[in-house]
Parts: sequence; C-alpha cells; structure tokens
Amino acid sequence: MNIDLTIAIIITMVGASTPLLLAALGELVVEKSGVLNLGVEGMMLTGAVVGFAVAYSSSNAWLGILAAAFAGAAVSMIFAFLTLTLSANQVATGLALTIFGAGFSSLFGQPYTGKPIEIFGSIFPPFLRDHPILRVFFDYSPLVYFSLIMVFIVWWFLYKTRAGLILRAVGENDISAHSIGYSVITIRYGAVGFGGMMAGIGGACFPLILTPQWVEGLTGGRGWIALALLVFSAWKPARLFLGAYLFGLIATMEVYAKAAGGIFKILPSELWASLPYLATIIVLVIFSLRHKASSSAPACLGKPFIATN
Amino acid sequence: MQKSQNIMLELKNISKSFPAVLANDNISFAVKSGEIHALLGENGAGKSTLVKIIYGIMQPDKGEIFWQGKKVHIANPRAARALGIGMVFQHFSLFEAMSVLENIALGMDKKISNRILEKKVQQIMQKYGLLLNPKRIVSTLGVGERQRIEIVRALLVNPKLLIMDEPTSVLTPQEVEQLFLVLRQLANEGCSIIYISHKLQEIKALCDRATILRGGKVVGECNPKKETSKSMAQMMIGTSLKTIKKSKKKKFADIGLKVNNLSLKKQGDFGVSLKNISFTVRHGEILGIAGVAGNGQNELQNVLSGEIVLKDNEAIILNGVAVGKKNATERRKLGLCAVPEERYGHAAIPDFSLNDNSILTARERKNMVRAGMINIKKAQDFTKKIIANFNVMTTGHAASANSLSGGNLQKFIMGREILQAPDILVVSQPTWGVDAGAGSAIRQAIIDLALKGAAIVLISQDLDELLELCDSLAVINEGKLSKPKKVGDMSIEEIGLLMGGIHGAVPKESSSKIKVETDAASA
Repeated sequence: MNIDLTIAIIITMVGASTPLLLAALGELVVEKSGVLNLGVEGMMLTGAVVGFAVAYSSSNAWLGILAAAFAGAAVSMIFAFLTLTLSANQVATGLALTIFGAGFSSLFGQPYTGKPIEIFGSIFPPFLRDHPILRVFFDYSPLVYFSLIMVFIVWWFLYKTRAGLILRAVGENDISAHSIGYSVITIRYGAVGFGGMMAGIGGACFPLILTPQWVEGLTGGRGWIALALLVFSAWKPARLFLGAYLFGLIATMEVYAKAAGGIFKILPSELWASLPYLATIIVLVIFSLRHKASSSAPACLGKPFIATN
Repeated sequence: MQKSQNIMLELKNISKSFPAVLANDNISFAVKSGEIHALLGENGAGKSTLVKIIYGIMQPDKGEIFWQGKKVHIANPRAARALGIGMVFQHFSLFEAMSVLENIALGMDKKISNRILEKKVQQIMQKYGLLLNPKRIVSTLGVGERQRIEIVRALLVNPKLLIMDEPTSVLTPQEVEQLFLVLRQLANEGCSIIYISHKLQEIKALCDRATILRGGKVVGECNPKKETSKSMAQMMIGTSLKTIKKSKKKKFADIGLKVNNLSLKKQGDFGVSLKNISFTVRHGEILGIAGVAGNGQNELQNVLSGEIVLKDNEAIILNGVAVGKKNATERRKLGLCAVPEERYGHAAIPDFSLNDNSILTARERKNMVRAGMINIKKAQDFTKKIIANFNVMTTGHAASANSLSGGNLQKFIMGREILQAPDILVVSQPTWGVDAGAGSAIRQAIIDLALKGAAIVLISQDLDELLELCDSLAVINEGKLSKPKKVGDMSIEEIGLLMGGIHGAVPKESSSKIKVETDAASA
C-alpha cells in the first residue's frame, strides 16, 4: 500500500468517525446521568436538516453548525420533558424521538434535496491542507478538531470536576443523590440537553462535510451505532474514541474496497457496506457475554426518578 | 460527663400527612445539647418522617422548628447541614461504583480540593477511630465500613446534631460496640444525637432520654436507663407483648435436610460464592444461620429452595432423596417450601392478587391444577384460609400483594408456605421490617411448625430472633458456614467474631474489651 493511499484512507476514516464520536460523547454524558436516550438517530437527523437549511440559506457553515446544535438540543428537550418531568418510559420515548426525527427531517428537507452547498472543509492555508504528507494533520473540517477536544473535555468534566462527580452520582444512585440534596431532574435536563446538542452537531457533519448535500435519511443509522459504542466502550471516554475510529475505519473500507478491486472483489460491495452494522452486532454480542460490560453501566440507566416528597 | 441544659433543637406541634396516613400528628419534643436522645417506635410510627423533616428532606404541613432557640425553616438538606445538622441514613446513600473519597466529596456543599478533603477525612478518622481507605471502591466494602463513610461524611460538617436512623440493624455486635464509643465521644464533645431504633437493649445502653412515638403521636417520654425493655416495648406498641411459647425439652426425630459439601461459584459481580457448606437439620429442629448481610445468605437461600440448581445432585438430600439437580417445583413436591428475604418481587409478585400469589407456590401441594387448568375455587379457599389463620389485614383474597403493608404481606407469605404443611421450611429474614405484633405472630408460627415435626432453616441477621427461636446455630461469613452448635453452647462474643470472619478465636475476657478489627479482616 503506498503512502498516498494510506493518507487518503486515514482522512476518510477520520471524517467518517467524527459524527459518530460527537454523538456518542453526548450520549455518554446523558447515560452517565442515568438517562437512556435512544433518540440519538432522530436528534442527528434533526441537526442535519436544520444545519443544512441554515448553512444553505445563509451561506455560512458556522451558522449551520450553531443551528444544528440548537435544533438537537431543542428536540432533546421534548424527550427530557416527557421522560424527566412526566416520567414517561425512556425507551419508548427515545424510539418515538427517532421516528419523529426521521419524519421531520424528510419533510423539512424536501425543498433542499439536490441543492449544492460548499463543503465545510479545512480552514488551514493551502500549503498545509494540500501538502501530500502534512495534510494528514490539516485537511479536516474544524469539527474534527472540535470532536477531539471534546473527548478530552468530556473526560475532564466527568472525572476531574465536581459537577461531573455529581452527574455521575445521579446516574449511579438517584435516590441517594436526591437525599443528599442534589436536584436529580435538573442535572438530567442539563445532560440530555448536552447530548442533544452534540447529536445535532454530529448529524450536521453529514450534509455539511461528508455528503455534502441534503439526502433523506443520510445518517444511515449512525445514531444507533453511537449507542452501541457506549456499551463497547464500557462508558469510558478514551475507549469511546478508539471505538468510534475503529468503526470509522470499517466504514471506510467499503469505499476503498470498491476502488481497490483485486482481492476485495471476492466480497460483493453490499457486504462491505453492511460491515459497520455487522461489526456492531458482533461487538454487542461479545460484550454482553462478558458480565463486566453490564456492571460498568451507570446503575440507574433508564430508570425513571420520582422524588418521594 | 458534663452536660449543659441548653436546648439544641425543639419541635413544636409538627404535623405531616400523606395520602391516607397522618404520619406525624402534633409532635413536640426537644433535644438538649450533648444529649443522646432516642426516638422509639414501631414501623410506621412516624420516626423516619419526623427526622426527614428535621433534615429538610420533607416539609411539615404544620408546626415550628426551633434551632438553638431561634425559629428556623429548613428548606432542604443543604440548609440543615448549614445549621449543623448531620444525618446517617438507614439505607446508606452511597454510590457503589465510586471511591470512598468521591462519596464523601459528594456530601460536601462547598467545593473542596481533593487534597484538603483527604487531609480532613484522615483527621476525623483518626480522632474517632473510624478506619477506612479513602481510595477503595464502595462496592468492595462491608456494611460496617460503609456506615463509617456515612458517619465521616456527616462529621465533616462539624455537626451540632447528628441523626442516626436505625444504625445498628446491619452491624455485628462488635461493630455496634465501636459505634457506641464514637457516639458517646461525640456527645461528650457537646454534639446532640437523635438515635432512632426499635432495639430496646441498645437504647438502654446508649441513650439519655427517649421519646416514644406510636401512630404518629408522642405517647411518652422516659429515661431508658430506668425502664425495662419490656416496659418500653409496651409503651411502643400500646398493649402488652405476647411472650413466645417454646417447649423446654425438645426431642428431634430423623434427619430431614442434609447438606454435603455444597459449593457454588459466585453469580455476577456482586454475588458471593458458597464454599463447602455442610449441615444437617432433623425433624422438629430449627437451625439458625446468622451473619452480616451479603455474606452468602441469599445464595444459600436460593440454592436450598431450588432457584439455583446445582451440578452435584448429592449436595442436598431431602429425607434421603438427593435433590441437588432438582428445581424448586420438584423440591416442593418432595416437601421443601421456602420463603426468600425480599417480599415484594421475590416471595410475592406485587401486582398480582393474593389469590394468584398463592397459586404460584401452592399449586402442586394443594392440587390446584388439573390438566393445566386452575381450580379457582380451591385457590380462593386456600387464600381465604391463609388470611383467616394468619390474621392478615387485607380487603380480601382479590387484593393485590402490594396493597398490603410489609408485615401483613409477610404474614400472608409465611401462612402460604406453612399451610402447605411443608416437611422442610427454608426461610430468610422472616421478620425484617415487620412490626412487633406481626413479628411475634410469625415467630410463633415458625415454632409451632417445628413442633409439628418440620425441619426448619432460619436465615436471619437478627441475633435476638435467632437466639429466641433456634435450637442450633451456625454463622455464615464470606460464603463459609461455621459448624452448627447448640444455641446454649455459643456466647454472643463467639457469634460476633464468627460474623466478622474470625474463626476459632474466642476471647477469654469480657465483651467490652474486644478490639474491633474484625471488619478490616473480613474485607
């Protein structure tokens, strides 16, 4: 394999991993607070369509990203209100949110189908982003760097700050946290909102960077893979990062297997395309066979909290 | 002991009602500084509600609270801590997956750097002899150590009033002794303590004054040191307690249950493995199994009942039949009935009617099923009989299990098993959280069943109960069972040391001198 191809594969992999990483980091914080939001896919789609619409109308990708973050957070607040304030079932509400996101994005995105948009690419000067070797560091959208910084920030927040400690405590034992005097519901609202924001930004990566245009259902189930990644990573930020990049690599193989031909021709391209999903199922099966995986989940994950007074 | 007569906390006419119950009805009482003040009462007397009001977890509907003479409004636990009120909960408010230090940090209102906090924690631990490793993860700690975390957490805010809600229900006798030393030291330094318990001996040993609650009202105040346990119990329940009848000389028949070298690998991360457990129970005998919670009691209960099936068929023998590989239903047919510890959800399905709950375990022994069809009439008659014979307070056989109070449901469950006339009964924590009246009825029923010739295994953490009911006693610790001995042949100290995991080391001196390092040894 020559160096150009290697670099091309790395760059594609990083691009494919970024939306996954962003959405999964958001959901990590949500789940650490004890809430299971299965609506990641729906929030990503909402973020994607709103992000595209705003970027297209304003010709400003930054505004698009901001709008995507806001849209993701806004739909997550519907989920938060239903599950936290009204104590609705989190699984059912999360699924409903995904269906809502799919429907909303398809309806709202209708007028934008096929419209061209300028790719939200690297902001580094050409001599860096076009350099045959150095472009492996510089030929990325700002969102890629943002996602990497967020890995560190989420880790630092969860394990090094008092607010993170309290958030984990709420996810570990909501009744105790309440009896000590923390507002479980408020903290969970905050976490769900952050998760929605990150999913929204993650979703906007597709039409602004990867595709770059609006296509219905363009997230292709990445929200579900983000949820599976949390199990795979045992709810740890560093392993989440590795997992996201591993899945990005598998997704990239589809593209390059087609191009490379040769021995890759043995398998039909549809099989390559299904690899990320197959890998998800295999990983989940392997991890659920080990008892450790389930016990590293936040103890209150998915359980509604109702204050006793 | 120097004690000023300043009033630390005074409650005036506190009332609090919940849907359907008046939990606190016009309660007034005062706690002096440096006083250990007992709140005594049965389950449901309103003790927990009252201290939750003091700690700001609940708000009273009516009434006033005075703190050091000033009227205060305690809006939340944070406000309570700001005043100088600390609380140690009955059910620990700890976070299993986090370290000791993280747990303590969570209890602090102000942001403190880990380094300073650790230093402060070390100081308190040394001052009061509360030994703990701040880096340990809570899920790896024993109950005694967990309680120490709660106490350290409460002491960090320099409380002037410390509330202890049933602190000793899960401790070994030695751990209780050590806890009392800490509490007395605190009281001597001027800290007031509100001590909630229904263990009268402890209140006599520890407390200066007691306020007795019944049905949400204050029914009396006394000096526990001048009362007898019996007189306080009578104030607590309002009527005189029935003493349990036990025949003096018992003769045991042949062996009913024999357990040979029973071992079980631990199930899941928080499980306990059972190691080479052997014992026999004869017909008419009650074997007690003592131990601190989480030492394999649940596993033993489930293995004996057949919920966990063993690989070794010979490990459990019922009346000469090897049943290790048989499941719970097959064992029931052979005469072994079981009552697990958890009432709601394990022994009974909360949302099912009492009737359906009787069918679940009695269908075989009471012939309620023919060709796959349930004979509803038979089931109803059986349920009605349980309700009548065991004095279960309920609206009828169609009432759902979760509509019953804990004590009533326990009476129902015990009745359901006992009326199946088991040859062998395995029962876990039969009177846990049950009021004194129901508790003594349940105990009497166990004794009567043994008199009829059943072999009984009684797993309990309540030593008084075990000593009262059992003919022989063994102690379980970390999945190992000590050799059963006759109840008269074992001292409380010996039982306590076995519970803490020290085998064969029986102290020769009196109990007050025992060094309490047992917990550290077992961890």
